[in-house]
Amino acid sequence: MKKEQLLDLYYQMVLIRRVEERGAELYQAGKIGGFMHLYIGQEAVSTGLIAAREPRDRVITAYRDHGVALNCGISSNEVMAELLGKATGMSKGKGGSMHMASTEKNMWGGHAIVGGHLPVAAGLALGDQYAKNDNITICMFGDGATNIGYFHEALNLAKTWGLRVLWVCENNQYGMGTSVERASAVTEIRQKAEGYGMKNGQVDGMDVMKVYEAAKEAMDFIRKEGQPYLLEIDTYRFRGHSMGDPERYRKAEEVKKWQEEDPIGIFNKYLLEKKLATRKSLDEIEARVEEEVVKAVEFAETSPEPTMEDLYADIYAD
Amino acid sequence: MAKITMREAISQALMEEMDRDPAVFIMGEEVGVWGGTYAVTKGFYDKYGADRVKDTPIAENAILGAAIGAAMVGQRPIAELMTINFAFSAMDYIVNQAAKLRYMFGGQFMLPMVIRAVGGGGRQLGATHSQTPDAIFAHFPGLKVVSPGTPEDAKGLLKSAIRSNDPILFIEHATMYQVRGDVPEGEYTIPIGKSKIQRAGSDLTIVTYCKGLELSMKAAEQLSKEGIEAEIVDLRTLRPLDMEPVLESFKKTNRAIVVEEGWKSYGVGAEIVSRIYEEAFDYVDAPIIRVAQKEVPLPYNRTLEQAALPQVPDIVAAAKEVLK
Repeated sequence: MKKEQLLDLYYQMVLIRRVEERGAELYQAGKIGGFMHLYIGQEAVSTGLIAAREPRDRVITAYRDHGVALNCGISSNEVMAELLGKATGMSKGKGGSMHMASTEKNMWGGHAIVGGHLPVAAGLALGDQYAKNDNITICMFGDGATNIGYFHEALNLAKTWGLRVLWVCENNQYGMGTSVERASAVTEIRQKAEGYGMKNGQVDGMDVMKVYEAAKEAMDFIRKEGQPYLLEIDTYRFRGHSMGDPERYRKAEEVKKWQEEDPIGIFNKYLLEKKLATRKSLDEIEARVEEEVVKAVEFAETSPEPTMEDLYADIYAD
Repeated sequence: MAKITMREAISQALMEEMDRDPAVFIMGEEVGVWGGTYAVTKGFYDKYGADRVKDTPIAENAILGAAIGAAMVGQRPIAELMTINFAFSAMDYIVNQAAKLRYMFGGQFMLPMVIRAVGGGGRQLGATHSQTPDAIFAHFPGLKVVSPGTPEDAKGLLKSAIRSNDPILFIEHATMYQVRGDVPEGEYTIPIGKSKIQRAGSDLTIVTYCKGLELSMKAAEQLSKEGIEAEIVDLRTLRPLDMEPVLESFKKTNRAIVVEEGWKSYGVGAEIVSRIYEEAFDYVDAPIIRVAQKEVPLPYNRTLEQAALPQVPDIVAAAKEVLK
């Protein structure tokens, strides 16, 4: 990867972190409603993954979607506006935190039914297979989603039909407050792919470069072989499941231990040690992000609310 | 006009649309090699090949989820559920996905897809395979629900459904595939969301659809012999519901019954009656009666099953009751 690309990845990771930190404040201030699930701690996962895609490759994810949206190129203005329920959000204020998408950026949502988007992902890939192209669909989901029937139906279909899907399990160790070993018969999620004869791999999700390399390798396989691949990415969310999480299920020491593995810190160190960036250039990126987020909040706060006509808009296409 | 069966009408609609638009393909359980469990897609596999007539695993979430995804990226899938009773296994895809994705993402997605499903009782298939749960599906904004009662409507409506850019649940009746009817020669479509007067009359209005139409037509013949002329309004589409012909007819007859195969409680009849009371209360000369399925899970035993389903004599009796 070129130096500028690496710095762009750093920018993206810092942007996700700052947008969400600001989002959390706005949530506490009552300006954001509903559920909001923060990606803080998991930034390296979507950043590395999406860096490995071609623009024609599709992305679909679960409800922890702000980071994915930003990585896909949706602007921080639109993300912030959607969080505030404004007409200028990418979903016109009708989707909220959990429903961010942009067909233009090949980002197909933001889905809030656990595991529900996995068969839909198989369908995106089916559409591409039917169109006889070799686009890949990257489908991200949590460890919790691998225990629901949708996961199994989707993986079975993808393997049986040879659909080009990169199934990405972001194993952040907990499905809400229930740890993997308390909910899943196997704790190494990748083993579930074995049951479908599906190629699979596992990678450290706190290191963006490792994620990128693993995703590249998986996508090369998918593109060439016309077969799906399951990649398990081990990660950790530093914040609660959602904004209203009492966090009774994990100890502060555990969170602290993982926070020492901060993906932004790891990448920062990597860039400096490999002399790919100077302290000054990274500081400049951080300052640029701060400024961008201030502007995004201002954009969102001054944006119009949806109108009463919007209430009835877009129920049907015809 | 040519006289063909409901099965042939549906089959012709599918074939004509597949010939017209390469984006149209069929997927479902036993639609291909088997030829469809009700033989609707017989010969399709040989004609169009495995790419366009896709046999799926018995996995309704995968079938509907994949159809939704393919529709989102511009294809026009027709997903077949072997019976509408299996729709309950994939309720999430009908209710939480197909009906919501467009609205929830601010109109970014289009879902040009048809879910074909066979419903209805009367074939001694037991309680889980004999339901007529149409009203449940008609409850959700974002979905369109079509259920034809004649071969002509089945063909014209299915062609419109396939061309539509919205998700449409197309409900057929398991006992009606052999029903014959006149179908126009050549190309035609029938618009979704339009009710139709299937029989003119001046004494009372019968509002119905699908299997209820077949029964109501028979009942109307009997009533006619006794000098009672029923006007029959066929809803054809349950959502969006076209009340205009219903209200127009009712304002003329001032008396109505509603005939549906599903259960009476919270059903299609409940909706129609409410709408008439809301929009034409001044025209009501007698309480409107609903003819519907008895409030039991359908039993296997033929006599009991038939006793639970609405029958022609029930309709005749209800018609006479509102005319008292």
